[in-house]
Amino acid sequence: MSHGPSFEPKNAAVKWVDTRLPIFSLIHGSLGPGFHAPRNLNYWWNFGSLAGLCLVIQLISGIVLAMHYTPHVDMAFDSVERIMRDVNYGWLIRYMHANGASFFFIAVYIHIFRGLYYGSYKAPREMIWMLGLVIFLLMMATGFMGYVLPWGQMSFWGATVITNLFSAIPVIGEDIVTLLWGGFSVDNPTLNRFFSLHYLLPFVIAGVVILHIWALHIPGSNNPLGVDTKGNQDRLPFHPYYTIKDIFGIGVFLLFFAGFLFYAPNALGHPDNYIPANPMVTPPHIVPEWYYLPFYAILKSFTVNFFWVPAKLWGVLAMFASILLLFFMPWLDSSKVRSAKFRPLFRFFFWILVADIVLLTMAGGRPPEGIWPMLAAVGTVYYFAHFLVILPLLSRFEKTLPLPESISSAITKKSAK
Amino acid sequence: MKSIKNTLIALVAFAGLAGVAVSADDSAVHNKQVDWSFNGPFGTIDKQSAQRGFQVYREVCSSCHSLKYFKFRNLADLGYGNDMIKAFAAEYTVAGDIDSFGDPTERAGLPQDAFPSPFANDNAARASNGGALPPDLSLVAKSRADGPNYLYSLLTGYDDAPSGVELGEGMNYNAYFPGNQIAMAEPIFDDHVEYSDGTAATQDQIAKDISMFLMYVAEPKLDARHTMGLNVMLFLLVLTIIFYLSMKKIWAPVKRGDNIIGD
Repeated sequence: MSHGPSFEPKNAAVKWVDTRLPIFSLIHGSLGPGFHAPRNLNYWWNFGSLAGLCLVIQLISGIVLAMHYTPHVDMAFDSVERIMRDVNYGWLIRYMHANGASFFFIAVYIHIFRGLYYGSYKAPREMIWMLGLVIFLLMMATGFMGYVLPWGQMSFWGATVITNLFSAIPVIGEDIVTLLWGGFSVDNPTLNRFFSLHYLLPFVIAGVVILHIWALHIPGSNNPLGVDTKGNQDRLPFHPYYTIKDIFGIGVFLLFFAGFLFYAPNALGHPDNYIPANPMVTPPHIVPEWYYLPFYAILKSFTVNFFWVPAKLWGVLAMFASILLLFFMPWLDSSKVRSAKFRPLFRFFFWILVADIVLLTMAGGRPPEGIWPMLAAVGTVYYFAHFLVILPLLSRFEKTLPLPESISSAITKKSAK
Repeated sequence: MKSIKNTLIALVAFAGLAGVAVSADDSAVHNKQVDWSFNGPFGTIDKQSAQRGFQVYREVCSSCHSLKYFKFRNLADLGYGNDMIKAFAAEYTVAGDIDSFGDPTERAGLPQDAFPSPFANDNAARASNGGALPPDLSLVAKSRADGPNYLYSLLTGYDDAPSGVELGEGMNYNAYFPGNQIAMAEPIFDDHVEYSDGTAATQDQIAKDISMFLMYVAEPKLDARHTMGLNVMLFLLVLTIIFYLSMKKIWAPVKRGDNIIGD
């Protein structure tokens, strides 16, 4: 990736600072005119900056919420209601944080699927992809622990179900669960450590985001054609071209966000979480937040023991494997062609995978009755088949379409048509 | 053209997501749907109806159900004056401070107090209600799927048990209650209360009024949220249009095919 001109400060004060701490040079070279990006990025490339925006929204709203929240089993629920009723604009901050989590996952899921579609995980961008998956895993842990904090029924029972998963690990499982709980059931120590970690992990995420962007600046962004930039005619300075495009994307994204925040703030939550946690009453149907549902469906889809391994352990292994698998994407798909634009079969199977994950999401949210357990099992088998069978075969046998010579030649051809 | 297609894809995906959110809440029986004044982006709590609902709560519901997150002072939102709020609060007795002899005291309620529970504790509540615990109603309009419609349906949904349904002792049949057997006897009837504004107190009207009041209690900032939402959306819309036009202007040379950086 070629980089643009280095930063030459005109202002004497800026120059004084920059020669001692090149912070202006850093901004110039990473978000400013000094960073060159492919000229053909489409709107799917907006979701990286949108995910970054969501992280900032969550950090700011979360820090304010923590000023009013009390992490104690007897007071947590009441303190959240106090935020909703008596704290000035507390309702706004809390709904922003709760819906912000959902929108963070929306942005990140679209960002991940964009990477899958355009082959952004392939060489030389493997490290960017893997750091992104680390962020995703950290987000899942943070989101889960955050959902426990209001100490409603779904908080308590969700925490019980998910922490209990670790008991499936042979030999040391029970000890791990005791360690997670800080006792022998989900109780005050559990709430306290979850609060502590929920406050810590977002800053870890911010750190990994810096690594993710640092790694991105080595090869530069991938693009919809998936061919490397060959010269300046293929590139644009990041500022002002992609800064303004990202800002426009932020405007559109915030409109959707505000739509949920102000008009359907509880649509993505579960009504049971407005009932205070009660260890004596189990809700009829325990479900995690929507963004975990595909993985929850994979967990639930193992109902029989086989190969001497209990069904629960299979489910737990499969659930973790379904994400860890993605770390191997650069090697599971060895095709030299990045973009699905030039891989008709890959493109077809990509959309089947999307449909499969939608199916798993629906199956994860429903009680295991009727046709749903069967659909969850089929969806799970297909999910693994896509990555472990279809992708490796495709990358070997698929006949790809001819690649354009360069980004600019593809653009000229398109406009000539 | 391409960007329009992408926008469409995004919108469809979004609608799908909203669909998942709504369909996840499917309950066994479909609730009767009421055209509430607070529905939709411009909706507000109907204060007249909520005031009548408060009267129903005070005269009927409060004998068993608490509102532990709702304070007397909050009634100002429904249009009650300070003197009236003080008078309402004073009707209740709440726990006071420890006196100088170390004994607990009681005092009349004040506007900063929450509506007290009619029972000393959960066990006392169960003992008076055949073993069933009347739930606190502060959040009931949000803690049940399709809350206000569920409350209205439940309150107007009492019926004789269909043949073949064996009711437990002291239980009542209600098609809208999960499991169809509810410990609470039918709580409201026609002319159960007398409305001072002359509204006919049918069971249907009372059920609507109490549901309106409980929606207000569960979501006291609903009106403020809708008002602010409209302002925010309009502001964001204008801002986004400005961003869009700026982007078009900045990108014009790129769209022409110019080599921006040069060689």
